[in-house]
Order: sequence, then structure tokens, then C-alpha cells
Amino acid sequence: MMRFLLRRLGVMALTALALTFVVFALTNLPPNLEKLARSEGSVRMTDESVLAWLEQNGHARPLVVRYGEWLGVAPGWTHTDDKGVTRGRCVEQGSTYCGLLQGNWGFSTVFKQPVATVLEEKLAATGWLMLWVMIVMVPISLLIGVLAGMREGSRTDRALSTVAIASSATPEYVSGVLLIAFLGTAGAGLSALAKDWGLISSGALLKGTSVSAMDAITFENFALPVATVALYGIGYIARMTRASMAEVMTAQYIRTARLKGLPFRAVVLRHALRNALIAPFTVIMLQFPWLLNGVVITETLFNYKGFGWTLVQAAGNNDIPLLLGCSVAAVLVVLITQMLSDLGYALLNPRIRLS
Amino acid sequence: MEPLTALQITTRIVIQLWPVWAALALQLGLSFAMQRRLGLYGRLFRSPMGISGLILVMIWVYAAIFAPLIITHDPLTQLSGMKHALPGSPLKAPEGLYPYYILGGDHLARDIFSRVVMGARDVLTIAPAATLVAFMTGITLGLPAGYFGGKLDTFLSFLANLVLAFPVILLFYLLVTPEIQVTGPEIPLWMGKVWRASIPNVMAAVLFLFPVIFLAILWNSRFHTDPKRRNIYLAITLTLGLWAWSGLALNADPLGVWAMKPNLLNVFVAVVFVSAPTVFRIVRGITLDLRARDYIAASQTRGESPWYIMLWEILPNARGPLIVDFCLRIGYTTILLGTLGFFGLGVSPESPDWGSTINAGRKLLSTFPHAAVVPAAALMSLVLGLNLLADALREESLKD
Repeated sequence: MMRFLLRRLGVMALTALALTFVVFALTNLPPNLEKLARSEGSVRMTDESVLAWLEQNGHARPLVVRYGEWLGVAPGWTHTDDKGVTRGRCVEQGSTYCGLLQGNWGFSTVFKQPVATVLEEKLAATGWLMLWVMIVMVPISLLIGVLAGMREGSRTDRALSTVAIASSATPEYVSGVLLIAFLGTAGAGLSALAKDWGLISSGALLKGTSVSAMDAITFENFALPVATVALYGIGYIARMTRASMAEVMTAQYIRTARLKGLPFRAVVLRHALRNALIAPFTVIMLQFPWLLNGVVITETLFNYKGFGWTLVQAAGNNDIPLLLGCSVAAVLVVLITQMLSDLGYALLNPRIRLS
Repeated sequence: MEPLTALQITTRIVIQLWPVWAALALQLGLSFAMQRRLGLYGRLFRSPMGISGLILVMIWVYAAIFAPLIITHDPLTQLSGMKHALPGSPLKAPEGLYPYYILGGDHLARDIFSRVVMGARDVLTIAPAATLVAFMTGITLGLPAGYFGGKLDTFLSFLANLVLAFPVILLFYLLVTPEIQVTGPEIPLWMGKVWRASIPNVMAAVLFLFPVIFLAILWNSRFHTDPKRRNIYLAITLTLGLWAWSGLALNADPLGVWAMKPNLLNVFVAVVFVSAPTVFRIVRGITLDLRARDYIAASQTRGESPWYIMLWEILPNARGPLIVDFCLRIGYTTILLGTLGFFGLGVSPESPDWGSTINAGRKLLSTFPHAAVVPAAALMSLVLGLNLLADALREESLKD
């Protein structure tokens, strides 16, 4: 077990290094840097002064050196100008090394704040969204999956499977648009209907934007984004649970339990469920990277200023340090969940745990 | 003129889609008649899920094929006074034009119905083509990884996991930017054409080579005992393949037949790059499983070459899960393309593809929902159809 863990950690670290290097290389392409020079310096810079600016700000050195510097394993650049003033990456900190490993994530050019501060705030906002998504998504999808897989081929199974397929065929930008149109728009869809019936006096049933959820989360401003993210996941997890449940229900020990006269309920709850939930557990964990995807779309659509929204802002505005910070966070989330799902699978499954 | 009622709108859409119904009726009629002789496809007609999936998919396929017959207006023409027109609005000045915007107008006063139908063309050419390239890449790499194992497998699996660990949207933002297209040394090619070795272009050059490699190995391993036939097949494959490759990947087709817009190439490559590792993992897994079978041992004893065993023994036996995954993956690729469009990274701002249209429509979603709802519903129905079809195929192929 220990060796397995160490090996996994090693591969994980290597993957993280490779991925951050790729992101670093792609965000630090010459045109990006030129754009940075013009936005930080002046728009009307000549090509020579752009080059000089890049030279003076430590962007003109080899890519690997700059990556090492950003990571904190290479000494930061310094530049002494004609007046004898020394500026540099790490001068303010008063140290030679200042990178990711020293806790220095850089300074966001869009938000005019340290990247670490921005990320902390935005990740907290996304954390709330994720939490509610999990609270809604996991029980519903497991329930649908178990009910459908319990009696494979029955009418309940057919109906629930179709629902699951439909929801997994609806990407977030589609379900979000449909939900806003039907529930979050004054004068259209269900809101118009509710107004006709006198249920609400004006406006829409739910809010189509979640700007106010940054201050206080209410059902009105948070229901639609949570539903949007959860819907896509529900279909997927439910289908996995169904398949796993259906497989378990055909096992010998289930037949034995039935034959010894246990009621169907007890068989399902006590014998089948435990084994059937091993596979969905890994799927739920592996779902996190997908949720990340959905979160970016949903936060953009509902204007909820969380991690995903920040990623889009950073990418759209050439905010290199922030984009790097976002990708580090995203890559870590993905890798850690992969690791946890592997570990959880090993712990839950006695055949693997004992060997 | 009065605006149309909901019933009239539906009727007009149904009438406008007549070529679709005709083609669909013909296909279903023929299929029902010959159900028993059509193998897996014929067995689809036994399950209601399969039929509904097939109908949904074929509606869009025929809509894409007959799009010029179906559309009521040019998808790019802007008519005055029709900005944000509600569904069923009559034209202000219908001089010789179709007198209504059946599903309303968008923020640039273009006909939504025609744009959605034309968009089906974009979606249904890019998505299956990208999926096909991703499959050939995944198969060409996944078979040897699973069959030979060892260092090759470790290396390729690491690469695949690397790509899969990337958040898709971040990857799209990094790969589909205008900056990346102008970075890289320029390499002069034949006839005065210049190819820029930017990252997407290099990736395209590599990824588009895989279908050619795949087919070349396929023919070579099968017919290497019959050199005459092999040479003919190989010559045809290589000539056609490399010709297309030079046009699509290098944008330097000597005859000017094959070409792809740089933006489209970028989007295409990004989608293939994201999909191929998943296919690789599936193929590798199946190969690992099938490698231990008796018929593989038999052909090894017979002295068949490894590539023959992989491509002509393992691959045909892996077709079931691969066909199912192909269906699912086209749907998934459609979703990815939509995602790109949604973030404004799509094919081009004018393109009627559904993702871009949703993106354009979402800005005024709370006042004029129809501009985004119509393409959203279109995308959903197509992906739903593909998923239903995949599910039915899986069930039917498991039955034997």
C-alpha cells in the first residue's frame, strides 16, 4: 500500500510539473508578452521599446529559466537601470528565490491584487456552489440509479434511464439557458404562467443571475446555477449507478438472499447497495474535474464571480500570473481527486484492500 | 399582417422540413422491410429507444443535407425592423421573401430558423469528422500500447493522462487564441507556399497524419503476402491521404482542392486533441483484455505479424464497444464544439453553429430568450438522439 501511494504521488508530482510547464509556455508566448508590455507600459510603444521593456522586466530570458523562477527553484531576475536603481522579481521580498514554492503567486494585472488573495476569495465562492451541487446531485443521482438498476428492464427502469440519458445529453450551457428562459425570465415560461395565476406579483420565479449570491446565498439566486451544474452530473452518475446496481443484482449471493426468503427491500438495502455503490464512488470523485468544467460555464452564464468566472477573466484579459494560478489550482483539484478516487476504491473494495 | 400563433408556427416548421420527412420515411420504410438482413442496424428497430434515437439523429442529418431547400431566408442577411423579432413575426417589407421569421430574429435581425438549420451543417460536418480523426489516432496508439505493453505503454498512458488531467476549458483558451496562431517559425514549402510551425499547426500536422498511417498499416499488414494488391492499395491510400494532408494540415495543397480555414483548423485540432486520449484509453483497455484470448495465441503461433493481429484480429472483435463509443463521442464532440462557441472561441463570429448562436443569444436572455433557446434545444435534441442510439446499440450488441 505504501509503495503504491509513493508511486502515485511521484507520478502526480511529475504530471503537475509537466502540466504547469505547458501552461506556462502557452501563456508566455511572445505575442502574449508583447500585449502585456503594451498594456503595462504604454499602448503606443515602438517595437524597440517593447523589447526593452521585456528586457527590463525579466521576460527576455529563456523559457525554462523563467519557469524555474516562477516555480521558485531559480533565483529571481534583477535589473539595475542607468540611475543605479535595482528592481527585480524578489527585491520586495528581500530574498533570492520567490516563486510558487515560497508562496508567492504573483500579482494579478486585472484585479490589481495578489493572485493568492484573488484565488482564495474566488475559490471560496466556488466552494459554496460545489457544496450545494454535491448536496443536490449525489442523493438524487444515487436514488435514480438504484431504483432503475434494482429491477433491470422494468418500466421504472426504462423511464428513469431515459431521464438520466436526457439529462446527460444536456450540457450546462444548454440547461442553463433553458432554465433561465423557463424559470428566470419575467414574462416568459413558467414565470409568466405564475403571474397569470397570481402566484407572484412581478418579476420572475427565480433569479437569472447570481451576482447577489456573492453576498448572501438565497434559494432565489442560487437555485438555478446549482440545478444547472447538477443536472449534467446527475445523468452521468445515475447511469453508472444503474449499471453497477444491475450487475450486482444478478450476482449469486443476491439470489441466495432472495431464496432464503428475505424481502426484496432488505436484499436491496442490506446486500446489494453496499457493493453497488463502489463504482459510483469513483465516478463521483472523478466527476470533480467535469464539475470544474461545468462551473466555468455556469459561473459565466449566471455571472457568479467564482473560480470559473475568474479563469475566463484571466484568459480573456491576458492576465498571465492569474491564469497560471488558476491552472495550478485546477490541476491540483483534478490530480487530488484522481488520487482520492483510487485510494477510496482500494479501501472500499475488500478484494483490493486485502491483497 | 398578424403574427403567427404557436400552432401556425409548428405547422409552418413541419411544412418547411418536408425534405426531411420524405427522406426519413424512405429510410425507415426500407429499413423496416429489410430489417432482418441489416445486422446490428436492423436490430435497432426492435427497441423503442433505438428508433427514437435514430429518428432524432436522422432528422438533423437530413436537415443538414437539405438545408438549402429548408431555409426560409439567407442565414446571414439582416432585414430591417426584424431585430429581436418574436417567433412568428411577419416581415416589414416582404418583397418576394418568405413572409415570416418563423422562429423570430436574433440581435442582428437574422432569421433564427434558417440559422439553426444551416448551423446543423457546421455541427454535423465538424463533429463526426473530428471524432473520426480522434478515433484513428486513439486506435493507432492504443492498440500497440495495449498489445506490447512495457515502456511504450507507460509513456503513452502518461501522455494520455496528462491531457486528460487538463481542465478542458483552460486547454481551449490556451489553444484557440489568435496569439498562438502567429507564433512559430515560418517554413517555406513548395510553390511559394509558407507554413507556420505554430503549435496548433504542428498538432494538426501530427494528428492528421494518423488516419493515413492507420490505413497504410491496415493494408500493409493484411496484404503483405500479396505485394501486387498491397502496392495498389498503399499507393491509393498514400496518394489520396498525403494529398489531403498537405491541404488540410499544411494548407498547401498543390491543386487547391483541400483547404481548411485557420480558425476552423484550430477548433478542430483542439477537439481532436481532447477526445483522442479517451479513445486511446478505451482501445488500450479492450486490447489488454483481448490479448489473452485463444484466437490471438493461435494467430501468434501461425506466425502472423503483430500489426496483423492488432488490426485484423483484435480490432474487429473490439468493434462493439467502439461503435457505441463512437456514437457517444460524436455527441460529446458536439457539446465540446458548443462549449467553444459559448466562450466565443468558435469557428467564426458569423458562423451559424449552435454554440456561437447560444453565446450571442445569452446576453439578452432575460428579455429575448428565443434567440438562445432555439439553438439550445437543437443541440440538446441531437445529443439526446446520439445518446439514445448509443444506448440501444449497446443493449442490442450485448444480446448476442
